[in-house]
Amino acid sequence: MSGTGMPQAWPEDARPGVAGSVTSRVVMEADQIARACARMAHQILEANRGADGLVLLGIPTRGVPLAHRLAKVMDEIEGVRVPVGALDVTMYRDDLRRQPTRAVGRTDVPVEVEGSTVVLVDDVLYSGRTVRAALDALGDLGRPRVVRLAVLVDRGHRELPIRADHVGRDIPTRTGEHVSVRLTELDGIDQVSIEPAGNPDHGEA
Amino acid sequence: MRDLLIRGADLVGRGRSDLLIRNGHFLDPADVDGDVNELDAHGLVALPGLVDLHAHLREPGREDAETVESGTLAAARGGYTAVLAMANTTPVTDTAEAAAHVAALGVRDGHAQVVPIGAVSKGLDGVELAELGLMARAGVRLFSDDGHCVSDARLMRRALEYVRAFDGAIAQHAQDPQLAGAGACCHEGEISGKLGLPGWPSAAEASIVARDVQIAELTRSRLHVCHVSCAETVDIIRWAKQRGINVTAEVAPHHLMLTTNEVLGYDPTFKVNPPLRPTEHVEAVREALADGTIDAVATDHAPHARHDKEHAFADAAFGMLGLETALAVVLETMINSDLLTWAEVAKRMSIIPAHIARLTDQGRPLAPGEPANLVLLDPDARVVVDRNESASLARNNPWHGRELPDPVVATIWAGRVTYQKESRVVS
Amino acid sequence: MRHLLSAADLDQPQITEILDLAEEMSLVQGRAVKKLPALRGRTVVNLFFEDSTRTRSSFEIAGKWLSADVINISAKGSSVSKGESLRDTVLTVAAMGVDALVIRHHASGAPWQASRWIDAHVLNAGDGTHEHPTQALLDAFTIRRHFRHFVPDLSSFEGKTVAIVGDITHSRVARSNVLLLNTLGAEVILVAPPTLLPAGIDSWPVLVCTDFDQVLPHADIVMMLRVQRERMSGGYFPTPREYTIGYGLTRPRLELMKPGAAICHPGPMNRGLEISADAADAANSLILDQVAAGVSVRMSVLYELLGGAE
Repeated sequence: MSGTGMPQAWPEDARPGVAGSVTSRVVMEADQIARACARMAHQILEANRGADGLVLLGIPTRGVPLAHRLAKVMDEIEGVRVPVGALDVTMYRDDLRRQPTRAVGRTDVPVEVEGSTVVLVDDVLYSGRTVRAALDALGDLGRPRVVRLAVLVDRGHRELPIRADHVGRDIPTRTGEHVSVRLTELDGIDQVSIEPAGNPDHGEA
Repeated sequence: MRDLLIRGADLVGRGRSDLLIRNGHFLDPADVDGDVNELDAHGLVALPGLVDLHAHLREPGREDAETVESGTLAAARGGYTAVLAMANTTPVTDTAEAAAHVAALGVRDGHAQVVPIGAVSKGLDGVELAELGLMARAGVRLFSDDGHCVSDARLMRRALEYVRAFDGAIAQHAQDPQLAGAGACCHEGEISGKLGLPGWPSAAEASIVARDVQIAELTRSRLHVCHVSCAETVDIIRWAKQRGINVTAEVAPHHLMLTTNEVLGYDPTFKVNPPLRPTEHVEAVREALADGTIDAVATDHAPHARHDKEHAFADAAFGMLGLETALAVVLETMINSDLLTWAEVAKRMSIIPAHIARLTDQGRPLAPGEPANLVLLDPDARVVVDRNESASLARNNPWHGRELPDPVVATIWAGRVTYQKESRVVS
Repeated sequence: MRHLLSAADLDQPQITEILDLAEEMSLVQGRAVKKLPALRGRTVVNLFFEDSTRTRSSFEIAGKWLSADVINISAKGSSVSKGESLRDTVLTVAAMGVDALVIRHHASGAPWQASRWIDAHVLNAGDGTHEHPTQALLDAFTIRRHFRHFVPDLSSFEGKTVAIVGDITHSRVARSNVLLLNTLGAEVILVAPPTLLPAGIDSWPVLVCTDFDQVLPHADIVMMLRVQRERMSGGYFPTPREYTIGYGLTRPRLELMKPGAAICHPGPMNRGLEISADAADAANSLILDQVAAGVSVRMSVLYELLGGAE
């Protein structure tokens, strides 16, 4: 499935999972996540016709390990070394004033953004506001030649005119639900699940 | 004016009796004759009208902070029938004319007897003697540069010697300017060190008192020590009295209860000279007041306009209000803790101060023939102090928000009721 | 966090968060566009009753790089009976509609009093001889970076010894540093002649020594404080020469320092009095790093105070 933005029927392989409460369901297991990453890595290189000028910037928290995984695939399978970093967007959020002061994450941009092909990497694309903030943050660092977006999960319900270039999986959801992405680097397990409304937020895009 | 019959008051804690007042004096209650106003004083204690040795009435010069009128109204509310007004007005009370002016203001506007205190030095500059003799002819007996210390030993000696001629006394504000300069605003100790405030060590007070009692011994004169604040000073006065040196001492109500902890919030309401001290000093001055080493309570009533207090702590003016609450504080700290009886309070707040000031009509027994100066009080009434309820024009009240006794029910000066809490006089 | 008045207002996690954020903020210095939008639309007033070009411009840049509107007001301290009271000055400024007041005053306690009179956030930029919390934070930031050369990701100063040398009595930098360094777990030793140690020092969480040479070999950080020549007229020490020989970081004393130890000074320095030129310019001097840290740390603090919901 690619990121065309059309909602799909419930995936056949969704089943009740062990994550969270009894009505949460796992929608991606470790092998599916790995395959999605591999596919996206190929697509990114294809779209760019190679690795020239490419830099992957993960949006903290889970966009960062995902960006590193994409870079690893590119290195192992294609033999190309693509710079990887992190772009924290907290200061650029449009809802800063609505909550107590938010902690700020690491920003680590390994190469000049000016003239680069920047691929923003995040775990879940939802309202699109995080990506908008990322575009603003990027703009203060320089003027990239091109900016693309790669996300592991697109769950729909956009509030801004933003779309992803590369999507691991489209997962339709209801607005109250939460998509929970767990990655081994941070959570000890690779899993994407949908938690019903009322469960604590995992910080979605 | 009709006679006033006061019924059933406990006279100085010694027993119930009636009091009859006619034309400003007490009479035998049996001599009641004709129509009379009555005041029911059952349950109330009667003390001779209180005498304050140390108040700042600010007039002339700072009528925005206090006037003789407002200050004596506050005094009457506090049970006072006489107030001695410190000389640091503008102009300074350092001539007979200035003293007469203050006395005249008292006669015209006062709700209590107002007696001017004369400066020791011209303009309070600590250099040359003021016209002490001429002021004495105008009725002044107490002299003080309060606000400033007479730090020059030779000047102190001359002043003490000079006033002997007319039974005067020098009241010293003991603060060695070399140990505690003009910026010193807080007891020198743990708190001043932490808060970064210039400190005022006890030694700055005690060392001056130690020197002054020696000079008083040398000159055989009367020395009075203002606002004793620390244990070291108490020890020196005790020693001096044992040697027969003619020294008297006063303590301010705030030093009987408040400690230096009050400055932790940097609230300039608690900035005062001498400063509030740690608990051990509060205990020492209470003991000294109880055993008579400290002879009197004097309020050091120091009203300030709000804009003079609303500064950073180190920049704000020194001083707190005291006239209205003095008796309440003494009641709380000394009577309620069984350190003093009512008779002893009468001595320390009326009889002895009147004697030190050489006032012939104040501090007299509540007996036929004597001037009718008294205060009626309810030992059990209590109130949460509200600074906005004060009769003073100023609001720098350290007791605001605190629950204290509220004893004064009525104050009578020269036979006239200068204050009553509720209307108690009936025909 | 509503106000930052004292270094004691912060616990270790808060200090770590501020320093970590300051690391991120320090990246802004190197960018072409030195702006973060986080405080856009917020108004910060620097209300300085005491001159200080260095601290004031540090706060000004910090606010501006966070997109806040920054106004500098130089208030003349008014004494009793002359001019505006402190309360009037503070209320007048606050009435113009400010979100945060950065106050520096010659009298201890002024920021506390101000915080009682207004709703805005109050940041203490130095009050009399009492505290200077952002200075202590930038000192901690600089020291932490230095320690991290040896132990990456170090966050506690446990096991480290910091010697603070000089006029402790009149130093707000000393007081704030004592509090902050303690919270971070460091052992603090104060070194000064007895006349420059404050009353009640026994109650402070520090060791005290009047012999600099005894302390120097044990210190991981030697923090020299400025000594004002005016203190001589107060009789605190007899001559500058005697002060330097007893308590100055002279060239011979550099040799006594522990390997890996570093030198700090809050500035401005009296070269030749409390610190020799050799020490100020030594390889292990962190003094310029301290200056550079000022903006990042103040950006971090401003963000903590103003970056979230009211």
